Amino acid sequence: MIRRFAPAAALFALVFFPSGCARRNAPSAPAGAAPSRQVLRAGNGTEPQDLDPQAVTGVPEGRILTSLFEGLVDEDPRDLQPGPGLAESWDISPDGLVYTFHLRDRLRWSNGDPITADDFISSYRRMLTPAFAAPDAYKLYNYVVGADEYYHGGLADFSRVGFRAVDSRTLQVTLKSPTPFLLKLIASSYSWYAVPVKVIARYGSLDRKNTAWTRAGNLVGNGPFVLKEWRQNQIIAVERNPFYWDAANVKLDRIEFYATEDLAAEEHMFRAGQLDVTYMLPLAKIDVYRREHPDELHIDPWLGLYYYRCNVDRPPLNDKRVRRALALAIDRESLVKDVLRGGETPAYAVSNPSNAGYTPRAQLSGGVAEAKRLLAEAGYPGGRGLPPVEILYNTLESHRQIAETIQQMWLKNLGVAATLRNEEWKVYLDAERTGNYQIARAGWIADFADPHAFLENWVAGNGNNETHWSSPEYDRLFHAALTARTEADRYEDYQKMDAILVDECPVIPIYYYTRVYARSQRVKGWWANPRDEHPWKYVYLE
Amino acid sequence: MTDPAPSHSPWTDAWRRLRRNRLALSGGIVIVVLMALCAFGPLFSQSYQDIHLDLRATPPGAAHWLGTDDLGRDLFSRILFGGRISLMVGFIATFVALIIGVTYGAIAGFVGGTADAVMMRIVDILYALPFTIFVILLMVFFGKNIFLLFAAIGAVEWLTMARIVRGQVLTVKRMEFIEAARALGYGRRRIIFRHIIPNVLGPVIVYTTLTIPAVMLTEAFISFLGLGVQPPMSSWGVLIKDGAEKMEEFWWLLVFPGGIFSLTLFSLNFLGDGLRDALDVRASKD
Amino acid sequence: MIRFILRRILEAVPVMLIIITGTFFMQRFVPGGPFTAERAVTPEVQRNLDAYYHLSDPLWKQYVDYLRDLTPKAFHPSALEQGLDLKAAFGIDFRPSFKYPNRTVNEIIAEKLPVSLELGFFSLSVALVLGLTLGVFAAVKRNTWIDYLCSGIAMTGICVPTFVLGPLLVLSFAIHLHWFSASGWYVPADAVLPCLTLGSVYAAYIARLTRGGLLEVLGQDYIRTARAKGASEARIVFRHALRGGLLPVVSFLGPATAGILTGSFVIETIFQIPGLGREFVNSATNRDYTMVLGTVILYAALIIVMNLVVDVIQVWLNPKLKFE
Repeated sequence: MIRRFAPAAALFALVFFPSGCARRNAPSAPAGAAPSRQVLRAGNGTEPQDLDPQAVTGVPEGRILTSLFEGLVDEDPRDLQPGPGLAESWDISPDGLVYTFHLRDRLRWSNGDPITADDFISSYRRMLTPAFAAPDAYKLYNYVVGADEYYHGGLADFSRVGFRAVDSRTLQVTLKSPTPFLLKLIASSYSWYAVPVKVIARYGSLDRKNTAWTRAGNLVGNGPFVLKEWRQNQIIAVERNPFYWDAANVKLDRIEFYATEDLAAEEHMFRAGQLDVTYMLPLAKIDVYRREHPDELHIDPWLGLYYYRCNVDRPPLNDKRVRRALALAIDRESLVKDVLRGGETPAYAVSNPSNAGYTPRAQLSGGVAEAKRLLAEAGYPGGRGLPPVEILYNTLESHRQIAETIQQMWLKNLGVAATLRNEEWKVYLDAERTGNYQIARAGWIADFADPHAFLENWVAGNGNNETHWSSPEYDRLFHAALTARTEADRYEDYQKMDAILVDECPVIPIYYYTRVYARSQRVKGWWANPRDEHPWKYVYLE
Repeated sequence: MTDPAPSHSPWTDAWRRLRRNRLALSGGIVIVVLMALCAFGPLFSQSYQDIHLDLRATPPGAAHWLGTDDLGRDLFSRILFGGRISLMVGFIATFVALIIGVTYGAIAGFVGGTADAVMMRIVDILYALPFTIFVILLMVFFGKNIFLLFAAIGAVEWLTMARIVRGQVLTVKRMEFIEAARALGYGRRRIIFRHIIPNVLGPVIVYTTLTIPAVMLTEAFISFLGLGVQPPMSSWGVLIKDGAEKMEEFWWLLVFPGGIFSLTLFSLNFLGDGLRDALDVRASKD
Repeated sequence: MIRFILRRILEAVPVMLIIITGTFFMQRFVPGGPFTAERAVTPEVQRNLDAYYHLSDPLWKQYVDYLRDLTPKAFHPSALEQGLDLKAAFGIDFRPSFKYPNRTVNEIIAEKLPVSLELGFFSLSVALVLGLTLGVFAAVKRNTWIDYLCSGIAMTGICVPTFVLGPLLVLSFAIHLHWFSASGWYVPADAVLPCLTLGSVYAAYIARLTRGGLLEVLGQDYIRTARAKGASEARIVFRHALRGGLLPVVSFLGPATAGILTGSFVIETIFQIPGLGREFVNSATNRDYTMVLGTVILYAALIIVMNLVVDVIQVWLNPKLKFE
């Protein structure tokens, strides 16, 4: 019998031979075992598409990029004020158009090469090269003189774009028009990072994305850490960079970023001691953590808005009274308290409150009574005769619960029977892009701490508008704000813009985001701020 | 004169054997009860979609026999309504598989020869492929229409049915009483309807009963991946997925839907096994 | 036999072609391409992407080019020793992924497939060991409480879905007892819970098949002869009955492998295992054309090979069968 089975078994084993090729290395031992080595293990959400700061736009990518690179200007995690980064100081011309940055002395890339102002120039050139097609290039060309023309092909000579290396340690940036929030923008955006152009050139054309320069062992950066390991959809590990200018003050030896798309699994990992910080927390667990692990639960305010976008081309949403009625008929307090339970704040205006000193005064008010009145005035008393209304949302448990709850509220309060449409992410985005929706769920996180970052979305022609709504007065105020003489004047313009949004409701604000996540008490050097910025150089484990 | 023996048609024999198999019988009763509950229950019970935010996630009690879910909806009614969907998917998809499989297998078996060989070769090849993968692709790409779900799942399950039917048709074709019937001059149609079909029916019934739980399991699998039934409709698969995520705090969200789902599967499987034993059906390939 | 194998491979080619073509064109006609992202993709970016992925070529040309890349062009199986590099070994190029443009599908497969294969192999082993044991006991002690117990356990395996069993196991053994980690695939112990979960379903089927097959064989004449000659029960079962009784199990192995491959999607999701199954579901959702095609082709090929192996084994075991 053995004889008969042997060849069969051999054949069987042959099919499974490749399984022997699996490399299963355990990552370093949990930090708790050996306190002498500081290893932070963080859940990081979805797997990054790449680690080239000029080629990506996502938040999970950003969290890792801030460990590998540093910008000219840093954001202070305690108050979000811009402070010195790679640039130790800067001068701003009286007309607000020319910024001169002075780089620190003896800055080095992680391979030992010196960092000069020319590196910045070459980086920005790559970022704006049309063939490279950086998705976030607008963060440069919206503001820097000549950059727009260069990116769109109208200008061929890069030296005419507003970047200049005065000397090896001085970088000058010339703007199109005064941009009061430029430093905040630079501090918050990895698109303004310098990249090691000489190194990149070794791996292929500078105009090509996705070359091998971002692999572990090849990637060269200028931040507190250097890329050591990258196992796709599993773990990205970075270790301390001895060439970093402030290496002496960096406390962590190693950070392990785990790809954690599944929130429930991530929470299990945290509880089993495999993670020190999670990316998010499943809704169902929030109350449990409040009860049983209140010291590990963190609910931080976040500069973001959860809203419903209205396609104003589709009746009945073309009537602003209908839109306002729908907006007013939502019981946000109950939604936030009973469905979300993540400490979110109900939103009655588009702009976030307490955003760098700005709080919108105009608020949706009147409640259900006003909503009923508006609906009747629009010709649909009690919801009768209203054409069908459909809510589109992408597949996620919380979106579903919110949509179902709001559907119920509209039915009960207004007699409006809305239908729900659930599509997965790509289809949902496509539907919004092509206008194939009536009401769509959306969320927006501000790029930087300034009301501009919210309000710019509703300007005519902005790629993220997608409501087909526009208002000439709104656009006028938007441009006026940019040239306002004082911040107070600028904020006044924004107040008026917010008032227009509340009046016309092209979007229905629902709540302001919070960042809900779990963090072990051993993690220190971590401050809560509305931009969810936690510079890794300050973090350490006790 | 001795008493004439009681009639001994194969059906009454089978029925007697089935009645003695208590497991199969209880399975059958449970299924009938569940079907009645799911069909008529929602008319009398509380609404399955009314949200009571103040009653979020309450454990089983007097007002809500099986508790409420995360949005305060009554779990009992949701299970009944979900049962409608799951059972409907199960029966309809199986029906689709039945139609396709029986037609295909009967044609192959009856026609015989090279056509039969080719058709069965196709079945063999298709049998080997990972059809769940294609169902996933279909659901992702063409939207989560519930009718598409029926069709997709049914299209996956017809293969076994085709094999069984063809095997039976072949066996029956060669049986003596068919030759006798032909010798007597009975027409083809009469032979098919009066003789072949009744003999094929046995295994078909058995495998239909066994396909339904497999289909329901597939539906639950697809729902777990988020591609199946969409809210506010709900199937047992969706309820289980929900419950599995929240089972630590709200055990009833998993236990009750999971329990009823498993009970249904158990009953159908026992019934199918019992039928198989009763009708003395032997599988040619499993 | 060589002729048999060759003929099967030849039969497989048109099947693969149909699969590739179907999947290729299906993906192009659905809403939401791979580059739909929240921020509008500017025309420049779109042009750049089109060039990188050859999307501006006419569709038929893209199809032909892709087929050409897929055709095995070389034969250096020794290259497989360093890792699953299909390009170096067989000249098969699945091209870069759409979602992770810095990675080619070959690379992703090379990283993830071994994990899935391991998961599958161990799960199948668990299924076989568990299933055979239960089945043998149930058959040998037919109609006693042991039989009912084993059959009952088997039935439970069929009726309790993996996505219920899995979280329950995680809850008990990882979270409350801390015997295993909740997810991941780092140390060998991580394999226990996933393989138990995935293997349980197939253990159940194998148990039933073994029981059925053994019962049929045990009723035969030559068994009665052996008993009459005074052989012990164990000897009868293992030396005589099992060989024949195992036949239905062996023929089940083909569909079982297919099932384990698909079942791995759910398991890999629950336990966060970096395998190809999870990658597949994600790539379908992300409209990652090349990745989806690559995975589907790979799975189909694997299963065809597996079925061929199983058929060959079947003939080896059962002299009554022949290579048709």
